[in-house]
Amino acid sequence: MKQSVTVSKTADLKVSSALKILVSRLNIKAPKFNPNTIFKKVVVPILSILLFIGLWHVGARSLYNIEADFKIEKALADQGQAAADSMAACIASGDISCQPNTLPSPAQVWDSFNTLIADHQVISADKLAFKDKTAALNEKRIAEGKDPITYTGRPSFVDQIFTSLKTVFAGFLLAFMIAVPIGIVIGLSQTLRNSFNWLIQVFKPVSPVVWLLLVFMIVKTMTKDSNQDSAFIISFISVGLCAMWATLVNTAMGVSSVDKDYINVAKVLKLKPLQKVFKVILPSSLPLIFTGLRITLSVAWMVLIAIELLAQSPGLGSFVWEEFQNGANDSNSKIIVAMFVIGIIGFLLDRIMLTIQNMVSFNKNAAT
Amino acid sequence: MAYLELNNVCKTYGEGVHATEVLSDINLSIEEGEFVAIVGFTGSGKTTLVNLINGLLKPTGGEILFKGKAVSGTSHERGVIFQNYSLLPWLTVGQNVSMAVREAFPNEKRKAVKERVAQYVEMVGLTPAISKRPKELSGGMRQRVAVARALSMNPEMIIMDEPLGALDALTRGNLQDEILKIWSKDRRTALLITNDVDEGLYMADRIIPLRPGPRATLGPEFKIDIERPRDKTELNDNPFYKKTRNAIIEYLMSIGEERKTVSGKVYALPELSPKSFVA
Ligand SMILES: Nc1ncnc2c1ncn2[C@@H]1O[C@H](COP(=O)(O)OP(=O)(O)OP(=O)(O)O)[C@@H](O)[C@H]1O
Ligand SMILES: [Mg+2]
Repeated sequence: MKQSVTVSKTADLKVSSALKILVSRLNIKAPKFNPNTIFKKVVVPILSILLFIGLWHVGARSLYNIEADFKIEKALADQGQAAADSMAACIASGDISCQPNTLPSPAQVWDSFNTLIADHQVISADKLAFKDKTAALNEKRIAEGKDPITYTGRPSFVDQIFTSLKTVFAGFLLAFMIAVPIGIVIGLSQTLRNSFNWLIQVFKPVSPVVWLLLVFMIVKTMTKDSNQDSAFIISFISVGLCAMWATLVNTAMGVSSVDKDYINVAKVLKLKPLQKVFKVILPSSLPLIFTGLRITLSVAWMVLIAIELLAQSPGLGSFVWEEFQNGANDSNSKIIVAMFVIGIIGFLLDRIMLTIQNMVSFNKNAAT
Repeated sequence: MAYLELNNVCKTYGEGVHATEVLSDINLSIEEGEFVAIVGFTGSGKTTLVNLINGLLKPTGGEILFKGKAVSGTSHERGVIFQNYSLLPWLTVGQNVSMAVREAFPNEKRKAVKERVAQYVEMVGLTPAISKRPKELSGGMRQRVAVARALSMNPEMIIMDEPLGALDALTRGNLQDEILKIWSKDRRTALLITNDVDEGLYMADRIIPLRPGPRATLGPEFKIDIERPRDKTELNDNPFYKKTRNAIIEYLMSIGEERKTVSGKVYALPELSPKSFVA
């Protein structure tokens, strides 16, 4: 009697709980049209963004004024009243040649963003035209066994983003392939853990710059006689080496700290050593491994910019550096655009990893 | 020769200064097909005893013989239901059971394994929840999964470590009946660890108290010669039941008292008198 009641109840619950799991896994919140939540979730964030832009605008304005006053005073001291007047007139007219060089305002940054997008459209149209033009020629060249002609024009901002993403994924993959297997092996053996611990502790805090130099020394020699693109290789290996430590440490920790109860189950079922690793130890340490991978990806994205900047490999880092050295009138605002793009992509990458992490974690609700 | 025999078994945790002898001089013999219950206070070493018998722990002294051979590790012949269920949380109910079935019957075809899993999940009444994860189950349901997992391996002896300890009285009663039903079908040897005297009286052929630790030993056994199947409500009027129950409880109370006096050290208090702040 009692039995049948519980049975029908569980069957009912099954569907609704399956839905709930799906919703919680995708990190979707069921929409609630409650004025209070709308205020908290929509109005407050919008207000805070507006406040941020407002403060930025005011700050940029006053920096602009300081810089402009300084310029006028300098003209007055160096060349006299007439020069100062013409400088003031020039600044007021908005002439590019004499604009004060300082923190750009939100409007300037927005303009630069549009410029960059327009530039990208021009360049991709250019590329397409180039491709059409060389299509026939390239086919002939391939047939003759020669390398096809490729577009060698300037990359657009969007191209740079994709180059950076490619580098970061290559680096992340490298970190994954090195850190997870080593982490598992180290985690399984107390002896190995003790003997490798110093190595990890010593290498973990090493700065990205040093890794880059180290990789540079090695890769430069190894790719001496090939005409490969060594800048890409150097930067993705450096990114991987910098970022892999979090995964290594977390994997080793996850594997070494499996709940004693699960180990007892493995023993009672008499699982063979390999089965024990794959059926009990790995699944139970997956959440920690993914926490490590999430940290690795965000570290990889962060150091990537610095490494690209130093290694002169194409990507967002070198974009920022070139703009900085370029010193054109809208360089500063382009740098700020890059900053936002870097930040937003970093945020999105982290969200993706968090979603995956929540999917593999059986005790749910990883810290956001 | 008994089916399971423990001779002068001791177990010490730690070494040197930190060594604590949890179990000391345990002697026990269980015949084939018998249902034995061990009752004891919390922390007296019941789980330790279970782990010695199932082979997860090695005794520091004495010997444990299973069918005449020394126990040297875990075996599929002895099924275990752990105190805290120990289900693997990333596997569903069906997967938890099927992992055990595949280990116990490595030569079975995929289909046969599946059928066996379904059969045991059905037996504990969890067919509707077969693809749920342990986290989504209630305590009683988890417990039943643990029962299904242990029994699906078809062990000759089943060892249960406070299997119903975490459940409420009503669910407890239901599961007691279920376990008894399964046990009585082919009378496997069973060892039940419990902290509930009534549970032992209802289910077992013999009750043996485990005296409180450290250096816990087994007390005198109490035989329960009551016809099976037993009826809970009738039991209360059974004079033999009443007598045995009182005897066991009296025994446990007396060793409980002993324990209190053992730890009832007298601490010398320093002589203090209130300070005078006036002078
Ligand atoms: N791995 C261990 N190392 C050291 N001491 C241990 C270990 N496991 C258990 N003990 C100690 O042995 C004693 C008995 O523990 P055990 O888990 O066997 O008790 P129990 O009777 O099962 O208790 P409960 O009723 O709470 O389950 C306890 O005092 C405990 O502190
Ligand atoms: Mg216990």
